[in-house]
Amino acid sequence: MAFVNITSPHAHGGNSTSRIMLLVILATVPGIIALTYFFGWGNLINIVLAAITALTCEALILKIRKRPISFFLKDNSALLTAVLLGIALPPFAPWWVTVVAVSFSMVFAKHLYGGLGNNPFNPAMVGYALVLISFPVQMTTNWATPFFLSAEQTLSFPDTLSVIFSSTPGLSDGFSGATPLDTYKHLANNETSLEILQGPLFSSDVANATSGGSASNWFAGGWEFVNIAFLIGGLALLALRIFTWHIPFSLLAALGTCSMLFGWDADLYVPWSLHIFTGATMLGAFFIATDPVTASTTPLGKLIYGAGIGILIFVIRTWGAYPDAVAFAVLLMNFAAPLIDTYTQPRTYGHTKAKRGMPSKPDAADNASKEG
Amino acid sequence: MQTITLHSFDGGIHPQENKHQSTQTPIASLPLPAQLIVPVGQHIGAPAEVIVAVGDRVLKGQLIAQPKGFVSAAIHAPTSGKVAAIEQRELPHSSGLQGTCVIIDTDGQDQWLEDIANGSQAIADYLEADNDVLVNRIRDCGITGMGGAGFPTAVKMAVKGRHIETLIINAAECEPYITADDMLMRERAEEAMRGIQILMKLTAAENCLIGIEDNKPEAIKAMEDALHKVHGEHHIAVITIPTKYPSGGEKQLIEILTGKEVPNGGIPADIGIVCQNVGTCEAVYHAVAEGKPLISRITTITGESVAQPQNVDVLIGTPVKHVLAFAGFKQEKSLFQKFLGSLSAKAQSSDSKPRIIMGGPMMGFTLSSDELPILKSSNCILAPSQQELPANDVASACIRCGLCTEACPADLLPQQLYWFSKSGELDKAEQHNIADCIECGACSYVCPSQIPLVQYYRHAKGEIKEERAAHEKSSRSKVRFEARQDRLDREAAEKEAKRQARTAAAEKAQAAKKLAAAKAAEEAAKNGDPADGAASNAETGAAASVPEPVDLEKLQTQLDAAQAGLKKSMDKVAAIKSGEAENEKEADNLAVFEKAVATRRDKVKLLALQIAEAKKSAPPVKKEISRDDIEKKLRAQQDRIDKTKQRFELAQEQGSETLPALQKGLDKQMQKLTELEADLAQFDKAGV
Repeated sequence: MAFVNITSPHAHGGNSTSRIMLLVILATVPGIIALTYFFGWGNLINIVLAAITALTCEALILKIRKRPISFFLKDNSALLTAVLLGIALPPFAPWWVTVVAVSFSMVFAKHLYGGLGNNPFNPAMVGYALVLISFPVQMTTNWATPFFLSAEQTLSFPDTLSVIFSSTPGLSDGFSGATPLDTYKHLANNETSLEILQGPLFSSDVANATSGGSASNWFAGGWEFVNIAFLIGGLALLALRIFTWHIPFSLLAALGTCSMLFGWDADLYVPWSLHIFTGATMLGAFFIATDPVTASTTPLGKLIYGAGIGILIFVIRTWGAYPDAVAFAVLLMNFAAPLIDTYTQPRTYGHTKAKRGMPSKPDAADNASKEG
Repeated sequence: MQTITLHSFDGGIHPQENKHQSTQTPIASLPLPAQLIVPVGQHIGAPAEVIVAVGDRVLKGQLIAQPKGFVSAAIHAPTSGKVAAIEQRELPHSSGLQGTCVIIDTDGQDQWLEDIANGSQAIADYLEADNDVLVNRIRDCGITGMGGAGFPTAVKMAVKGRHIETLIINAAECEPYITADDMLMRERAEEAMRGIQILMKLTAAENCLIGIEDNKPEAIKAMEDALHKVHGEHHIAVITIPTKYPSGGEKQLIEILTGKEVPNGGIPADIGIVCQNVGTCEAVYHAVAEGKPLISRITTITGESVAQPQNVDVLIGTPVKHVLAFAGFKQEKSLFQKFLGSLSAKAQSSDSKPRIIMGGPMMGFTLSSDELPILKSSNCILAPSQQELPANDVASACIRCGLCTEACPADLLPQQLYWFSKSGELDKAEQHNIADCIECGACSYVCPSQIPLVQYYRHAKGEIKEERAAHEKSSRSKVRFEARQDRLDREAAEKEAKRQARTAAAEKAQAAKKLAAAKAAEEAAKNGDPADGAASNAETGAAASVPEPVDLEKLQTQLDAAQAGLKKSMDKVAAIKSGEAENEKEADNLAVFEKAVATRRDKVKLLALQIAEAKKSAPPVKKEISRDDIEKKLRAQQDRIDKTKQRFELAQEQGSETLPALQKGLDKQMQKLTELEADLAQFDKAGV
């Protein structure tokens, strides 16, 4: 009787790429709920629009590349990129900003490099950086103010749709404004910390309710809850062992340390609490920087990679021209990831020390093996 | 009881154990099969040498193949019968390689060899016996490691001069499904413990740790009872270790029990440890205390495709088919197949073929047919259903998630090794210690992309091995080639030197001859025949001062081109010889390239020679000619012309017949004069 020949191992744990991607998508749900609660429908609409665009682009390019379409669409990776972009883009960004960002990330950042697993740069962040550089006005003026700052709560769903799709002028006027990070940074030029924190973004009703409206109150415009929601989702992924603790930990530690060291004077610099709990910090730490394809992959390398992102976020936020810095920080460290990997190999069982760096020249290797 | 601090190894996985299925019934003995297929190479090392002939009757326990060399093991007849054939057959091995097998037709009498049957081979007081006697007995009985690799036990026990601190008995049995060691310990703990005593004595180890995973409580209890019963001293301890795959890997078990790591490239003995499988211990006991060679073993037969999963005591060489039939193997058929039935032969695609695994689901290999025999190291036959162990899905792209890094017990970076193996960057794979991969399969097990990682590593390891061999071969031939080249060059240089000496001598002679001829002509001119003399004089002068128009520069260019061509050809030949040829086609053309080298070398030599000659015969190095020389020549020429003119006038007056000849000579001399004047002018010009 003839049998089939298959190489070992024959058992498999049952994990799959699409399951991992799906879990990451699900873990963004608390954050999305918080975003929608505080800032209205904008992000949800963006996410849906981004998802449609991403799946269409992915299918088209798979067809052009003559790859099985459903096999790759099922891996949920395009959907994840779309969700992350939908979350990251400003809620009132015109529809074409989202479409450009998503299609660029799918076609150029992902498939031109060979598709899933082969892209050196985080596709979502490539798309984000492209629209941030290309359309700075749309990318900086379309942030929503939290519901408690306007009398009519958040912009209604139909109005949000018309803001996004027909750029109806004036509709979103009462509902958009600068983010807390941006506000603090600019006000710090001529106001003291105490004065800034008296501003509406920093001593809101919500904040007053939690800490009595004192001057030490740092809660900022709803963003802290968005960040906490993403932190919860991220911790869930950590518990499910989707990624290891290394990158989020070192990223947050580096960002926190930098902002404490340099930002000791809250009159001049954004305080560390704002760095950690506003903007895209938690989203970046748990959902963007942990993209395994483009991150460093050794345990030590992950620590370096995360710390690099944390430091770059602080540097760009503090001295750069952009309101937030996660995209650029992640992309810059994407460049460095292969190098980091080369020099951070762990020590293998039975070896006295880790082999690091590039392989030596063949001749040298010969000599080494002869000596050995 | 000594207390032991357990350590842990990095990584590892917890696959479904699936061990309970095969531990429900006691170890069964198998009815005798009609035929046994006994390979003579079942162990690591040289295959044994067959010492029986076709047609011989053999008895149970009779030596049929003796060890050849130090690392080898004896093979015995597992039952009585007749040698039906000695031939090459496929072996149960992942590569499907072939080896010599002794085929025995069993006679059903199962008759022991007299010496063994009457107990004359037994060493009763084995704990008092000489170590050499014991090691020899273990060797004679063909005991090899029964955990998997099959390393000859006698070789491992010959640890003279090495201080062994700890003897580790591997009873972890970490692979899912396999329960052979578990059942052996439950039922034969005493024999195993006595075997351990023998190994303790042989290794002179200070203590012995028996590592058993905590999923085998019955076995642990049995071993502890046996320990109390058999062993008075307290140097042996049964240690319960946490269940985690691959804790039964030799290196991992050592780390768990001692916290030590076997150094890279070394063996456990380097750190004072010897490791033995618990099944081997039992075999050692039977060999020493009863004189029985290793002719049977306990094998687990399990999986959803067999009706009665169980452990069987099976003779070495029993065809897998026989074992499968005993346990009630039924070939699984999918609904689709059932529907198609025998309608189409094409329906029997590879997917529909059953899968039989020798060994466990993590490190076992599939058998290509059920005619293959059970070996001394075959601990399990696994016949899973499709649903139970589905064949891998199509692999999707690696997303470098790093789950494999977390699972790797050797602290490697499997995801990096995968990229390097896939892209053929073998130097980087080596740099990332691919050689330290134990192929446990933990990485593939956790891979969400279902990439058959271990297969990539095996392939890369094979490539590296091949490359090493090729490189060694090419460096040897490179040395040989260079030596030959040196010799040829030396010979050519010697030949050239001789040739130059000869040429120089010849030219000297030639010059002397010319000088003599010139003198003679001069004399002739003086003595009466002036016209002839003048003519020949003129000719000689012309020949001497006007070099034949050899274009040195052109020759040099040709030489350079030829040398470049030669170097190119030589490089090509060297490249081919060192195995760096770009394709096989080039390698095939080695002879052509070598011929080209020879031709080009000849050409270079020829050109070099020509240049040397040209330089010698026409040293028109301007600096060496002084103005005085030319003036001297000019004056001499004018003198000659004057003389010739006088003769010419004289001849005119006399109406001599030599007039035309003199006229011709005069013309030539005049021409020469103009040339010399031109030379002088040029010289002046260049000089200023």
